[in-house]
Amino acid sequence: MKKLLLATSAALVLALPAWAEYKEEHRGGTMRLVARSAAGTVDPHINYTLQYWQIYQGLYDGLLAFKKAAGEDGFTKVPDLAEAMPEVSADGKTYTFKLRPGIKFSNGQEVTTKDVVASLQRIFKVSSPTAGGFYSVIVGADACLAEPATCTLEGGVSADEATGVITITLTRPDAEFLDKLALPHAVILPADTPAQDVGTAPVPGTGAYMISAYDPNSGMTMTRNPHFKVWSEDAQPDGYPDVIQYDFGLTDEAEVNAVMNGEADWMYDQPPADRLAEIGSTYADQVHITPLTAWWYAPMNTNIPPFDNVKARQAVNFAIDRNALVNLFGGPVLASPVCQVLPPGFPGHVPYCPYTKNPDQVWSAPDLEKARALVEESGTKGQKVTVIAEDTAISKAIGTYMQSVLTDIGYDAEVKPLSPNIQFTYIQNTSNNVQISITQWYQDYPAASDFLNILFGCASFTPGSDSSINIAGFCDKDIQAKMDEAMLLGVTDPEAANKMWADIDRAVTDAAPMAALFTPKRIDFVSKRVGNFQFNNQFYWMVSQSWVQ
Amino acid sequence: MAALSVFVLILVCCALAPVYASWAGVDPFRSTLDAVIIVNGVEQPVMELPKTGLALGFSPIGPTWQPGNYFLGADNQGRDVMARLLYGGLNSITIAGIATILTLAFATLLGLVAGFYGGLADTIISRVLDVLWAFPVYLLAISLSVVMITQGIRLGPVEIDSGSLALPIFIIGLIYIPYVARPVRGQVMSLRQSDFVMAAIGLGASPGRILRKDILPNVSTTLIVFVPIMLALNMLTESALSFLSIGVQPPNASWGTIIQDGQSLLYTRPWVALAPGIMIVLSVLSLNVFGDGLRDALDPKSRVKLGRG
Repeated sequence: MKKLLLATSAALVLALPAWAEYKEEHRGGTMRLVARSAAGTVDPHINYTLQYWQIYQGLYDGLLAFKKAAGEDGFTKVPDLAEAMPEVSADGKTYTFKLRPGIKFSNGQEVTTKDVVASLQRIFKVSSPTAGGFYSVIVGADACLAEPATCTLEGGVSADEATGVITITLTRPDAEFLDKLALPHAVILPADTPAQDVGTAPVPGTGAYMISAYDPNSGMTMTRNPHFKVWSEDAQPDGYPDVIQYDFGLTDEAEVNAVMNGEADWMYDQPPADRLAEIGSTYADQVHITPLTAWWYAPMNTNIPPFDNVKARQAVNFAIDRNALVNLFGGPVLASPVCQVLPPGFPGHVPYCPYTKNPDQVWSAPDLEKARALVEESGTKGQKVTVIAEDTAISKAIGTYMQSVLTDIGYDAEVKPLSPNIQFTYIQNTSNNVQISITQWYQDYPAASDFLNILFGCASFTPGSDSSINIAGFCDKDIQAKMDEAMLLGVTDPEAANKMWADIDRAVTDAAPMAALFTPKRIDFVSKRVGNFQFNNQFYWMVSQSWVQ
Repeated sequence: MAALSVFVLILVCCALAPVYASWAGVDPFRSTLDAVIIVNGVEQPVMELPKTGLALGFSPIGPTWQPGNYFLGADNQGRDVMARLLYGGLNSITIAGIATILTLAFATLLGLVAGFYGGLADTIISRVLDVLWAFPVYLLAISLSVVMITQGIRLGPVEIDSGSLALPIFIIGLIYIPYVARPVRGQVMSLRQSDFVMAAIGLGASPGRILRKDILPNVSTTLIVFVPIMLALNMLTESALSFLSIGVQPPNASWGTIIQDGQSLLYTRPWVALAPGIMIVLSVLSLNVFGDGLRDALDPKSRVKLGRG
């Protein structure tokens, strides 16, 4: 009990400065958001879209959360429904949390350890898209993945209701396990939540807001959770607007007009290219541009000609004028050229660019002569190459540009734009014999392995599957061994692990299973009345932390 | 004749696309994002970032209205829209033309066989045509294109690559066959009962000879009237498929693909989409007016009926 009191007092003292910053005079009003379309199910254990992950921040909580702070501070993990960061056993396999008492769901029920255990089981019962990728490390997960309906996570998750202690045991140490627990797929829901996709029926949460209406054809209304009280400003601060209204069904042109006219406060989709100049000049003070920890890249299939030849892959890397691609994306204000996998500002990132005219840390210009020479050396000149792009303005423009470049260096190239609905799975399946494609990757959580191991690890390559995220089919045993070692080292020495990741980044870049193109920046175009705009690097604009009055 | 002249003029202009591109010194199929041109004695980049505000958006140059010098401006790859418009027209008309020939050839063959022989042959052919007719024409075209666009067609020795112009030709040629074969079949069935055909049969003429010498010439008027109508329909279908990215594949051009390219520039560079749109309207309108005139000329009865109506 003494320990608890001390902890509570400490929490109050720590919370005071942040709480003091809450400006009561701005509380109230309706924040109006617009998007082209809804993002599917509202089930937080299933939905895997940035669009809803962003709004889940004010709706749901996990044992841990990413700090609700601007910039890179947003990558910091903080205790949320757990009283404190967990105690980790010496072998790195057991995590012990203590649940905060007195927190209620929006339906008035108190959060108990039963809800925590049921929620972790539910990740598997509803076959969450990351159940196998992120949470299979929990003891008992194998059985849950095999038979989701009867998932108990026996031996993996246990709780003592009397003390509020929850213990999670892993099969092996996982340096990123806490990151994964802070994601929306691991939020805590009431134990009686149906063990199936809830679709359009909102599930009660513990956040400052709750979904009071949802129709994917028209919109979503979020109102204040009547049972919410601030327990941690870092994890779940109170919001400013009384209502957050998210409307769907506008074209991106209409979204721009709505924000310009003050009929909407923010648009989810990126403004169309031909409105950028107008937005950047007439409405410059309503624009917020933030670099993303993401990249656009062109995976090259390392298992079929011509890109089973490393020289052919390197030739493509040398030939691409990344400035041209940056311009196609909207100009240097909106993107930066890159040559390597890890984006700037990401753990393990050390600038490296071997594929530029005068090799240096950063890209400066294409080297077409070297590219042509490499194509000659590779013996692949004249081969037919098809670039698979998405049928969207930017991806198609990049695909068309790539076709020109490949033709310039000696290939018989064509570009094939496919509907965005199928392109991402099509390029993953080896049965489609995709040689080179245009795609993007946005971080799930701030760890180098989320790029390097996920996109270029041997385990991510599943021939013949639509779900083979290692699109290049790249599997280098030496590099994989280093990645395994770095992941293990991350448990005990994250800094040393990040140094290893920097080396791995160089090794993958040298092997060129892809051509890194650029890191994008995000434009948030807001109405004149939006104040206190804050961009969190993990989940982007913190909607509820801005005010409209 | 005026309508035909308009279409012929468009056709001739499009046929001169390579000459125009060569004269203008542009490659309409290659990205030229860093090109610089001279307009009124001043150097101007074809693609430019705004110099004011936050410098967002990389915009192509607008129309210079100078022939051979980005007359209609550039698209989002820095390519000369005028040159692409001419090449696109050439592709659109070529696809529509060959598809029309395919449609008419197969429809005539099927209509002749079904109408003349009747019985089992008629039943089989008519049911197959019914199946094709049961699908809304655009839905069928889109479905076929989506399936074939990724893999192309491989039927024994026949292999059509997914990026080939032969693919939209094949699809468009196929989907309109029932629309021509049905009336041809009806006309052949009627002719089959006419006195001169009965007389030829009585004289011991072979079916092939009767079809060739007696029936086909009488059906040819209908077929000729169908040519401009099908050409116009096929141009519209090709443009629709290409606009949806399931017709002509980039970097190749058709009026449909250019409209799609222009869609993302509609606000600032409307001519990229407007120009091919105007060309489609002019071509289809001229073909339809010409088709009406041709029908009136070849089938005076219909003109009289229309006149009295």
